[in-house]
Amino acid sequence: MATLSERILDAPAGTCVDRKVDRAFVHDGTGVLTLGTFREIGRDLAYPDRISVLFDHLAPANTSVTADLQADLRRFAREHGLSFSDVGEGICHQLMGEGHVLPGELVIGADSHTCTLGAFGAFATGVGATDMAAIWATGETWLRVPETIRVELVGRLGGMAEPKDLALSYVGRLGMDGATYRALEFVGEGAQTLSIAGRMTCANLAIEAGAKAGLFYADEVTRRYLAGFGHNVSVQHPEEGEYAREMTIDLGGIEPVVALPGRVDTVRPVTEVEGTPVDQVFVGTCTNGRFEDLERLAALLQGKRVRVRTIVVPASRRTLLEAVRTGVAERLLEAGVTIGPPGCGPCLGTHLGVIGEGEVCLSTANRNFTNRMGVGGEVFLGSVATAAATALAGALTSPEGVP
Amino acid sequence: MRLRGPAILLPADVDTDLIIAGRYLRTRDPSTWVAHAFEDLDPTLAGRLAGTVLVAGPNFGCGSSREQAARALRDAGVVAVVAPSFARIFFRNAVNLGLPVAEAVLDCSEGEMVELDLAAGLVRAGTRPPVACRPLSQRMQAILEAGGLVELLRRGA
Repeated sequence: MATLSERILDAPAGTCVDRKVDRAFVHDGTGVLTLGTFREIGRDLAYPDRISVLFDHLAPANTSVTADLQADLRRFAREHGLSFSDVGEGICHQLMGEGHVLPGELVIGADSHTCTLGAFGAFATGVGATDMAAIWATGETWLRVPETIRVELVGRLGGMAEPKDLALSYVGRLGMDGATYRALEFVGEGAQTLSIAGRMTCANLAIEAGAKAGLFYADEVTRRYLAGFGHNVSVQHPEEGEYAREMTIDLGGIEPVVALPGRVDTVRPVTEVEGTPVDQVFVGTCTNGRFEDLERLAALLQGKRVRVRTIVVPASRRTLLEAVRTGVAERLLEAGVTIGPPGCGPCLGTHLGVIGEGEVCLSTANRNFTNRMGVGGEVFLGSVATAAATALAGALTSPEGVP
Repeated sequence: MRLRGPAILLPADVDTDLIIAGRYLRTRDPSTWVAHAFEDLDPTLAGRLAGTVLVAGPNFGCGSSREQAARALRDAGVVAVVAPSFARIFFRNAVNLGLPVAEAVLDCSEGEMVELDLAAGLVRAGTRPPVACRPLSQRMQAILEAGGLVELLRRGA
């Protein structure tokens, strides 16, 4: 009788354990620091075949300094036979989620949004560069098995509400530190109605409530998805466990929401801030840059034209290819959208759509901290449908009223 | 481990973007992170950090896993960070880099002398009664005492 985290880490909540890491990954940002620290440790790679290096944060490079730092990491990855994704392949969490993470695994990424991969019934959490360098050197890490908050999802999303609205809503309810040190487990019939993309969106925001991980149990949806990548996996069944807290969310009651600039937990119905002028709309990131998101955006923009600059950054090459093959990319371009190369885009405020002083952006990303996307700019976080309605109106607009 | 320094008070939910903004992360020169620490919170802070104890509100270091945040504070000469709670990745990063962190609810004024006795698990401000910090796990104590995880690993642990 245990929570999914306790089962995967094989110890009761509260204990500290050393565990072999099944998949470890870095991106170009954290990878540079990891490599430096790994060299200081002065050992060999323990399990090179478990390590991935994926370029996404500043990809392609924005300055010569970035290019030089990336060149060193790229050389290292190739020389040591690591799994390597160069610029243009996409976001680390998305690429790992394209068949490289399996239920029951321990996945450690040098990025806070590694919790995204809990969508597959894996224990996935983020660490900093020194912890990752130690994993490169030893193949292991230590973890305190977290207590779990059980989030029971009932019903199904209705109207224009999306998994992103669900995710923002639970962060709003928990607060920015409401789940610190804990894991979130999303269970119930409502969880099973969510697609893999929706589960990834939902798990992605776990860290915004401070959680160490956000987990879904692998079910038939997971099985089918991973079968598409050649994996035959078993489903996981919830057991009665000891939970630190239990909460229930009725998916039918979820409505389109935004997080107000500055904090991810200041969540309000879009209707409360409707009419706020925006300068830019951004659809992408490890939260909402998947094919399902692009397809939805294209459907909502079809035959119309955006009134503010609208930037779309696909989460991976596979996503972009699918958008091209299905005509989604064409519809987006016809609607006046700018499409950037797969990766993190402007989310972290360094390239491909940084906003200026006094500008406002509606973004489908996961962070709206002060100056995050540009000094003096403000970021509202919302869903793809809210992004579409807002892009068409040039001001924050609820998708519920859009024909 | 006994530590002391005058307090700099910081608000709740200071995220790692505020500690060191994304626009300064890519560099070969780690002193960049020291020079621009807390720039978007208070541009005068970076020059005043050496020898101080940061006394912050809850959830210090939330957000990105960027280790440059903990690194900037350590390299700036911050003696320790005290807060009622920390975001877990920042907390691990700080310990891994040998930057002392203490979870405690400390009543304290700006500039007041803060003393920490990490072995005893106590922290006090000025002449006020000491308050208990949440004890670090043995593992974290060992990392901190070694001066960081790299040092511990180099010793063969």
